[in-house]
Amino acid sequence: MAVKTITGDQAVAYGAMLARAEVVPGFPITPQTVIIEQISEFINDGLMDADFIPAESEHSVMSVAVGASAGGVRTFTATSSQGLALMYEMLFAAAPTRLPVVMAVANRSLGAASGIWTEHNDSVPVRESGWLQVYVEDNQEALDMIIQAFRIAEDRRVMLPIMVCLDGFILSHVVEGVDIPEQAVVDRFLPRFAPVNVLDPRDPIMMNPVTPPEFATELRYQQDRAVEAARTVIGEADEEFAALTGRRYGGLFEAYRLEDAEFALIGLGTWAGIAREVVDQLRAEGKKAGLIKLRYMRPFPGQELRQATLNLKALGTFDRSAAFNGYGPVFTEVRNALYGSGITVTDHLAGIGGRDITAEMVRDMYGLVERSARGEKVRDCTWHALRGEME
Amino acid sequence: MTRMTSMKDVPREDMLTHGHGACPGCGYAATAKNIAKMLGPNTVVYVPASCLVVFGALYPYSSWKTPYMFTAFENTGAVTTGIKAALRRRHLDATVVGMAGDGGTFDIGLQALSGAAERNEDVIYVCLDNEAFMNTGIQRSSATPFGAWTTTTPVGLEVKGNRRFKKDIARIVADHDVPYVATLSVAHFTDFVRKVQKAKEVRGFRFLHCLTPCIPGWRIEPSKGVSINRLAVDTGMWTLYEVENGVPKVTYKPKAMTPVTEYLKLQGRFKHMSEADVRQLQAWLCAKWRAHYGEEAPSPPCVMPGHEEVLAHDGDPLYGI
Repeated sequence: MAVKTITGDQAVAYGAMLARAEVVPGFPITPQTVIIEQISEFINDGLMDADFIPAESEHSVMSVAVGASAGGVRTFTATSSQGLALMYEMLFAAAPTRLPVVMAVANRSLGAASGIWTEHNDSVPVRESGWLQVYVEDNQEALDMIIQAFRIAEDRRVMLPIMVCLDGFILSHVVEGVDIPEQAVVDRFLPRFAPVNVLDPRDPIMMNPVTPPEFATELRYQQDRAVEAARTVIGEADEEFAALTGRRYGGLFEAYRLEDAEFALIGLGTWAGIAREVVDQLRAEGKKAGLIKLRYMRPFPGQELRQATLNLKALGTFDRSAAFNGYGPVFTEVRNALYGSGITVTDHLAGIGGRDITAEMVRDMYGLVERSARGEKVRDCTWHALRGEME
Repeated sequence: MTRMTSMKDVPREDMLTHGHGACPGCGYAATAKNIAKMLGPNTVVYVPASCLVVFGALYPYSSWKTPYMFTAFENTGAVTTGIKAALRRRHLDATVVGMAGDGGTFDIGLQALSGAAERNEDVIYVCLDNEAFMNTGIQRSSATPFGAWTTTTPVGLEVKGNRRFKKDIARIVADHDVPYVATLSVAHFTDFVRKVQKAKEVRGFRFLHCLTPCIPGWRIEPSKGVSINRLAVDTGMWTLYEVENGVPKVTYKPKAMTPVTEYLKLQGRFKHMSEADVRQLQAWLCAKWRAHYGEEAPSPPCVMPGHEEVLAHDGDPLYGI
């Protein structure tokens, strides 16, 4: 093991190299670009044995990835924001065709009023594409999750593509010390790709034929079961990875100081770092605060969250996606999972368009959740640190 | 393997077998079938959204004996790139072919086609050109010829049919400096066989542009597709040529130019055309003739007025069933 001081994007590239990805189509988009640049350097320096394919758009990137994965080789790519939006159609080809492509998504805001900074409204809306989705907190987790992602995606019980989402700039462009695992360790964890179905003239099969109504429901049902099966596989992979590297991420989510907590927040991404600090501050003040770092949006750990939040009086959800006329996607998922459990759930939007999330902001979130835990009426959905009138 | 130089050398075994769901007389199916049998079993086929997707493989049935994949409309150049990359990584020396329609090539698929051509991917790209979006019910594409009726270039009171001339896709692809570009017609089979054979042998990006008659879309009788294709060449509506490593070469030249009306009158899609429109089309053809053959049309054809001959059944593919 060697510690290197690298950016999140570079950590992702190291992950792809150590996972021995063989085909990497790519297209530049901020803040993902460093990933494909770094992989191109690895390949041209002879460090990585893979084909880099400079496609002419992200739609083609995902199309190349679909073709390569269907051809039976381990396939990796990366994108961001508008690029992910341009891939949208092909996301829905990869998942039902059960192609275990791994893709890093450097989260960034999407659409007009353009910005290049972090927001989760690029990846979160595609959570119904059939892809699994994991969100990481730091560069180490980014690297480790690329490796774990291949293991999970390629498991025979799963066979689904997976997105590893990292906050743009906050991780993609910020350097941290990262343990680079030994290749031998990764090889023990991640065996060679053994695809179930391959486009091979020696054994012809058809992939993704037009499917009439008599069969379409069953196809979707199998896909649903595969997403469900991923819950188990994710846990197993996390444990095995911990045995080899000593790093354990908690599987579907990480609970922090939750055992005796009365109120807690749950959310995705780098926000968990500052939230953890705020929880420590609140605990020092004698307040029973807790934190759930939600790692997977798909599979969504509904049952597990219900179990983990049994003793809470109130839970706040943190959403880093602008949500209109209502609630953010994390809130929608969480409240759905906790429906009927009697816990008050409130939504807290912040960090939109890449705005910094400060400890003070997170304390405000916890303040509101604490008040609702005491039975006070608080707003269902709060946009934090908004400049100007709320109402 | 035996070198195919004529029809009799073509393998007998079909890779796109009978039993598929194409219309009787479908030029698209005939062309795809013949290319597939010449490419043989060591082939992987990608088909984007098109008639071929619907009539070739509908779960749980398939007419393909070779591996087959479909995903979307605009990505033939890209998916074939990915498949070939995978086969290369696995040391499998198989032909990868994408078979797209004119909509999937000229229009929505142009970007991925250009990307693959520019990267000189080692794949064969076949454009099966029936001159409109036929799978969705005969809407204009940029391959639709001047004057043709389609559902989005209807014969209205003010505007009658398509007002633009066909895009020259083969020239666009050839301008990417790819190893091989050829135009094919099912009516010129020796030429057809030779070009598919050449495409199979060459390495790098290969583009085969095939004119494929569409029974309902062209409003033609199912038995007439091949003769109409022959007339397309004789009138200059289609030119048989190839561009090998940048060197263009005409591979078949009609002895004399047949008036375009001979081609138009067999097809319901042109039956509304005014004399002025026919003249305009004929003038375009004469210029094209000169550009391709380097000479004026030997017998400048007369322009005939529109005709009122009624087709037997206006291209209904289910006629007589």
